[in-house]
Amino acid sequence: MQITKRMIIKSGLMLLTLASLPRILLAAAWPQVSFSQSGASEALTALLGTDVTIPSDRIDLKIPSIAENGAVVPVSINTTLEDVESISIVVKNNPRPMAATFEIPPGTLPKITTRIKMGETSDVMAVIKTGKGIYSASGEVKVTIGGCGG
Amino acid sequence: MTATIKISAKRNGNVVDVKCLLLHPMETGSRINPDNGNTVPAHHITQLIFTNNGKQIMVANFSTAVSKNPFFGFSFEGAKAGDTLKATWVDNLGQTDEIETQLM
Repeated sequence: MQITKRMIIKSGLMLLTLASLPRILLAAAWPQVSFSQSGASEALTALLGTDVTIPSDRIDLKIPSIAENGAVVPVSINTTLEDVESISIVVKNNPRPMAATFEIPPGTLPKITTRIKMGETSDVMAVIKTGKGIYSASGEVKVTIGGCGG
Repeated sequence: MTATIKISAKRNGNVVDVKCLLLHPMETGSRINPDNGNTVPAHHITQLIFTNNGKQIMVANFSTAVSKNPFFGFSFEGAKAGDTLKATWVDNLGQTDEIETQLM
């Protein structure tokens, strides 16, 4: 691959090989299998061992009902559930439904906000794993222009 | 100096609210480059990890479905003034960047 001037100028990045990554980055494994599944059910099973979730009204999922730009859809998740271990975002109609998953250690609030890409109108589900079980809340986001690069 | 991470940490009582904006193309690997018709290879952040005084307080695992120039916010408890908050991202090509800030 040619190293172009643009690449050199652009780089504020440190290029490290995997072997020299700080140890903390090696401790938490990136869930590659879950992220590569094309079905929501398979993606959840790969990540959490099951695709069965208990709907909960203690999850506050904030998503727009209509997203004009599917490339940037804001998602905020908060919950009053206790003993939260992880929060995941599943976009049912995306080519790969598992969009992101967050590990919540003790002392960190069970609350995240981010922006995701949606290819088309879809159900968006917040899946929250706690010490007691796996809970979820979902809502539909209508997308007028898809955001996966089309 | 960090070119790719902007971070803010605001104290709200015992809770610190962290907001983070990253500069990254987050290419899915499916997009066609309109200039040459070639598929742009996947290039996306895989993990964004936060520590406070060296203790891990959040691990964000991103797929290609996280938007370009990712925005991420979360909150944690029990931090003291002077604590060192650190954010590190790594991507699928092994590139990485990090930033540290002292909490007020």
